[in-house]
Amino acid sequence: MGNSQNKWARYDLWDERHLSLDRFAVEDPENGFCAAASPRDPKPSLVIEHGRIIEMDGVPASEFDIIDEFVARHYFDLTIAETAMAIDSREFAQMLVDVDVPRERLVKLSAGMTPAKLAEVLGHLSTLELAFANSKLRCRRQPSNQAHVTNAKDDPVQMAADAATAALYGFDEIETTVRVARNGRTNAIACAVGAAVVRDGVLIQCSLEEAEELRIALAGFTSYTETLSVYGTEASFLDGDDTPWSKAFLTAVYAARGLKARCTSGSSAELLMGFHEGKSMLYLEARCVCLQRAMGVQGTQNGGIDGAPLTSSVPRGGWELLAENVLAALLDLECASGNDTRHSESEIRVGAKIMPYLMAGTDFICSGFGSIAKYDNSFNASLFNAEEMEDFLALQREFQVEGGLQHVSEDQLLAARARAIEAISAVLETLTSGRLTEAQKKSVLYAHGSDETASFMPGEVAGMNEALIERNITFVDVVQVLAARGFTTEATRLLSMARQRVTGDYLQTAAIIRDGRVVSAVNDPNRYRGPGTGYVMTDERRQAINRMRREVSKHDVLVGERITGQQDSRHWRIKSKGEAGPGDDPREVVIGISPGFGVCLHKTTGGVPLYKVLAALLEGIRERGGHPRVVRVRHTADTSFLGLTAARLAGSGVGIGIQGKGTTVIHRHDQAPHMNLELFSQAPLIGEADYRVIGGNAARYALGESPDPVTIPYRGQALGARFHVQTALLYAIETSMIEAGQNPEVLEVKFYDGR
Amino acid sequence: MMDDEKPDNLDAIYPVGEKHPDRVRTRNGRSLRDLTLDNLLAGHVATSDFGITADGLRLQAAIAERAGRPNLAQNLRRGAELVEIPDNVLLDVYEMLRPGRVQSADNLRAAANQLRDTYGAKETASLLEEAALVYERRGIFQRRF
Repeated sequence: MGNSQNKWARYDLWDERHLSLDRFAVEDPENGFCAAASPRDPKPSLVIEHGRIIEMDGVPASEFDIIDEFVARHYFDLTIAETAMAIDSREFAQMLVDVDVPRERLVKLSAGMTPAKLAEVLGHLSTLELAFANSKLRCRRQPSNQAHVTNAKDDPVQMAADAATAALYGFDEIETTVRVARNGRTNAIACAVGAAVVRDGVLIQCSLEEAEELRIALAGFTSYTETLSVYGTEASFLDGDDTPWSKAFLTAVYAARGLKARCTSGSSAELLMGFHEGKSMLYLEARCVCLQRAMGVQGTQNGGIDGAPLTSSVPRGGWELLAENVLAALLDLECASGNDTRHSESEIRVGAKIMPYLMAGTDFICSGFGSIAKYDNSFNASLFNAEEMEDFLALQREFQVEGGLQHVSEDQLLAARARAIEAISAVLETLTSGRLTEAQKKSVLYAHGSDETASFMPGEVAGMNEALIERNITFVDVVQVLAARGFTTEATRLLSMARQRVTGDYLQTAAIIRDGRVVSAVNDPNRYRGPGTGYVMTDERRQAINRMRREVSKHDVLVGERITGQQDSRHWRIKSKGEAGPGDDPREVVIGISPGFGVCLHKTTGGVPLYKVLAALLEGIRERGGHPRVVRVRHTADTSFLGLTAARLAGSGVGIGIQGKGTTVIHRHDQAPHMNLELFSQAPLIGEADYRVIGGNAARYALGESPDPVTIPYRGQALGARFHVQTALLYAIETSMIEAGQNPEVLEVKFYDGR
Repeated sequence: MMDDEKPDNLDAIYPVGEKHPDRVRTRNGRSLRDLTLDNLLAGHVATSDFGITADGLRLQAAIAERAGRPNLAQNLRRGAELVEIPDNVLLDVYEMLRPGRVQSADNLRAAANQLRDTYGAKETASLLEEAALVYERRGIFQRRF
């Protein structure tokens, strides 16, 4: 085990951790490994003559590359450019985090700043300040989230069930893509139908080759696209087989077909393509987002995207990804803020990465949260995936931040999945030859991922798509089938989405559709100006975010204890024999049990039934020659005082104090309350056999021996996380049973199974 | 464009489908209110009724302009010009704009003329002419495959 070069044993341990699979790049601006402020980044400049830009960021107009040229021609508001460029960069950075400077003013000024200027401005902000600036600058007040819904077989039945699942969890956009290029139609239909089972208004994208993507959109199955990639250097742009003009034209074409569109950019793309020019990632991305605003696209998907793992490998990489998103927001672009690629094998790095986004809120926290199993993600694993969805919910709940998702009950979930499976099966049966047995459908209902499904295989799906293409099937056909087969609600919802296209309201910046209503930066602008402004969760939303599986309440604990108590009542009985007096037997060890022990509490946090605990203590004492006596302490539930009270009653002066949750102490009559002989505070780890040894040790102290203290093995478990909810509730039950001033009672304990 | 299509009060006009459904008619001239499930099942409305319209896009462009987004407005106006142009024409133009697909600025200028003369797409035609100039200077017409 371990790396033979390691001398320190801890390196061996670190080498076994997931982090050890991550690689870290040495900062090397010359070779493009530089988050910000590369020596090759130009100094900001803008020279305007007779209303024309003749120099930008140190480059004369005659040497503009295609990006410079498009930016120079279409990006600037020349009426404020001189003012904007004259503002000191640090001062503008200050304005970005000043709640008294309105967003509108910053957006307006940004239209007069060059890419180099913008990169320089952001360079003055810390990670904390970037997050804060983001909360002020994002376009839409209401944050949202987008899901990836794909599977390894392109199986439309699973896809419909998973789309319904994603819609239930709260995603406003669903992005799908295919394993087999021909399968786009079934993917798109499945996502649209699945989402329609749950609600009206989930926007659907099927990421494909442009022409095919347009055709599917025209058939009415999808409503947005985010595959308009742009790059920060001319060579990488051309390598991507486009120019700013071809992309600007395509952007207009998408508008002409009623599709919401956003561009994709992100650091490290140029580095991966080999054309970085030695410029920093942030500067290149600044060129990309300026270009996007110049093209007139409403939004962007940026923040590394596929390049995020590479960006994260350089010093300041996480900062840079966040800075890109802030830049997009400053430029008034809807920002789907990346977080859609697993940038690290370390779960700690994953959780840390998402936090600034959750704290600030962005238009879409993830531009593809993997709502499906990691292995089913045809885009590759996302930052967060189905596997980690509850972790995400826990973060939302813990910090009261809006990540767009919410808890869903299993009943809701299975009902929606079942209906989605029936609805898509009806569509496929009618419009193609695809037909499933009940068993095949059921395999999808309960499946986490395609490993568990027995439904359609990629080859069959390809056949269905050929049929759909041949018959020129559009959403109208799907609506007709749904209506004919009793899925009227779903038919109506699909129709309602199609109707949205006629007015194009969702083409405005940062549009989503909630309950059939378009919500965008036009009618829900972010106007954060300090505490209590901007997005504030409603009480209803707060409650939705607060729900988790495995929530525990006092009621749950009491019910659980009552059931155990009823079950265990056949094993033992405790009977009071009146007030307890001091003993005079020098071998006597008194066990002082707490007020609730065996009354309304019946097992320890370690899961050991209390009758077994008491039996083990008694046996341990007897084995070692002690004479046990059991008393019920009524005036306290504190372990130390339970123990000391018992010790003072014991003829030997040694006593055991034990709470209903299992925490135990061995005490002696002449010790200070908190100076015990042995304390066992990690109740969840104490087993039945341990209680026996504890009893034995108490007897040995009573007889004047010096036993080795009992050690309860601890391997670093987060006991607080696992048990404190239950512990606190159990202890509250105990303390509520305290009777101040009441003396201990002697108990007669009878066991019915031969103890 | 009519005067009342320069919206002063965004709250009163947007979302159009909600606040002023009467302002937009479908490509076949139907009212938004006609786009019901019953009408669709009865065959009174067709797939083509559910497309975006040039009028709708121009109205959205005016809204974007009013909301302080001139670039988005410009893009939506270009979009409005392209609504009635067939897919294959649009995809051909897109293809021509990609690097190295055509070998001279003349091809792009011819496409610009076609867009302007046949379809009245002035803004888009200007975009193509601008591309022709820049491509020439940067050698983008060089064959790539």
